[in-house]
Amino acid sequence: MAALTFLRPFLSLSLLVGFLCLFGPFGVWPLAQAQEGNLVITGSSTMAPLLLEIGKRFETRHPGTRIDVQTGGSSRGIADVVNGLADIGMASRTLNPQEKHLHGAVVARDGIGMILHTSNPIQELTNPQIVDIYTGRIRNWQQVGGHDAPITVVNKAQGRSTLELFVQYFKLSNRDIQAHVVIGDNEQGIKTVAGNPNAIGYVSIGTAQYDASHGIPIHLLPLQHIPASVETVRAGTFPLSRPLTLITKSSPTGLTKTFIHFAQSPEVHDLILQQYFVPLQN
Amino acid sequence: MILFSNNTSSRSKTDRYFSWSLRVLALLAASLLVLVIGFILRESWMALTQVGLSRFFTDSGWFPTEHSYEITPMISGTLLAACGSILLAAPLGILSAVFCHFYAPPILGLWYRRMIELLAGIPSVVFGFWGLVVLVPLIAAWQPPGPSLLGGILILTLMIIPTIMLIAHSSISQVPTTYIKNATALGLSRWAVIWRIVLPVSRVGLLTGIFLGLARALGETMAILMVCGNVIQYPSHIFDPIRTLTANIALEMAYALDHHRSALFISGLLLMVLVIIFVSIAEVLRHKSPYVVAK
Repeated sequence: MAALTFLRPFLSLSLLVGFLCLFGPFGVWPLAQAQEGNLVITGSSTMAPLLLEIGKRFETRHPGTRIDVQTGGSSRGIADVVNGLADIGMASRTLNPQEKHLHGAVVARDGIGMILHTSNPIQELTNPQIVDIYTGRIRNWQQVGGHDAPITVVNKAQGRSTLELFVQYFKLSNRDIQAHVVIGDNEQGIKTVAGNPNAIGYVSIGTAQYDASHGIPIHLLPLQHIPASVETVRAGTFPLSRPLTLITKSSPTGLTKTFIHFAQSPEVHDLILQQYFVPLQN
Repeated sequence: MILFSNNTSSRSKTDRYFSWSLRVLALLAASLLVLVIGFILRESWMALTQVGLSRFFTDSGWFPTEHSYEITPMISGTLLAACGSILLAAPLGILSAVFCHFYAPPILGLWYRRMIELLAGIPSVVFGFWGLVVLVPLIAAWQPPGPSLLGGILILTLMIIPTIMLIAHSSISQVPTTYIKNATALGLSRWAVIWRIVLPVSRVGLLTGIFLGLARALGETMAILMVCGNVIQYPSHIFDPIRTLTANIALEMAYALDHHRSALFISGLLLMVLVIIFVSIAEVLRHKSPYVVAK
């Protein structure tokens, strides 16, 4: 007992030391650089789950390698590659003109579809109608042949590649969009539309098709008479679709090259389909 | 003060070592706050110097990718949601504490308090999810679009009632029983005792609870993000969607670069300023208690 009493003053001191040991390494950890057999991949949150799976399979095929996947959006992926913070960037949009010097390899395609609640009788909207709805010129479903009910416009938050692609395709400006709800990810968008019979939104076709087939009350609208489905996105006929690209600073070499070839090979097509994306035909 | 006041009367070595290690830990905790503020300042420095603070109040709208950074609608959104929820939660919380302490039968009172404590422990994302799938569709059926200032106020109210109620309850319990006995002996009704004696005497505790609730309401993110609609605008009525400073950070931080990212740290900085203002008000009010509690 006497020994314990003697030790008591050091208890809090040892707690402090313990704390430092615990949290000290955190300061160093994010600075860890890519090493041999280690690839850092950052970027699009749309692509991250897919690359995580591809990375796992790659690690089992190539023992001793480690694939580290982090999200943060396409723009971050591209910036990280340019700044040398990542070996490979994931971009779910086409490259801007000032980004053209980077090297891109398409692994799959994704489509963005307009979604409505299943109780909404509207089966198709023309592009000008969608533009008018998103800019607030059409405010009631009656104006496009639906029920007499005000339209709830669901938009994405600034910086998301889905918003960028949507705005680009419909030639809108962020300032013109009159949204009633602004959402973050696809699932939040689907829940918002599923909970509001008068809402209209746009999300990844893969996610929407999966949720719609699992009892969530939403339906996808065709665009320019082309049905929104995984098939039309694969065929490249669906107008509002995007390539999922792996970005490198220059032409890939070594492990990076091996990984990109693996991600483009038929060996990962099952993983791409699992994520409701569309593999390219080789 | 912490380092040099010799406030331990014990001369034993153990106590001295212990109080010194406590001082070091206290200093560590305090320096963390300074570090956090310093970090926010450093990260927002780019926006402060290259964009300028005034543009955050004079630009035409928040379009960070187009270099337009007006932040005032989000300040108003934050304040409206937080103050609206306080208006609902403060009377509800204080009255339920009064009910629990003075009116409820002991068994019911005990279980009621347990329930409120449980409410305090529910993670905010659960409140948000419930709001998104239950509350928002209800509001949408009544007054579209659904996600709105009202949704935010209701969810925040649910979240801060426990804070206010539990603190109010503990400060009401600390009112000396002699006060209550004397007042009752003078023939005052139960309500008069509560209204004229108990509540004024426990005013400091009630205010502390309200301002802690307000601080939680200001800082709440996940639940607010899911029920408020996040449209950047000044709401014209309670069914309009709003975006708060916290939701702004959470929605855009993952995708923000350069000035946009720095501008989001300005959101955080303003949030800190708001919290500091409210904490200061609470401090001033505390010292203006009309009754002096004799201990």
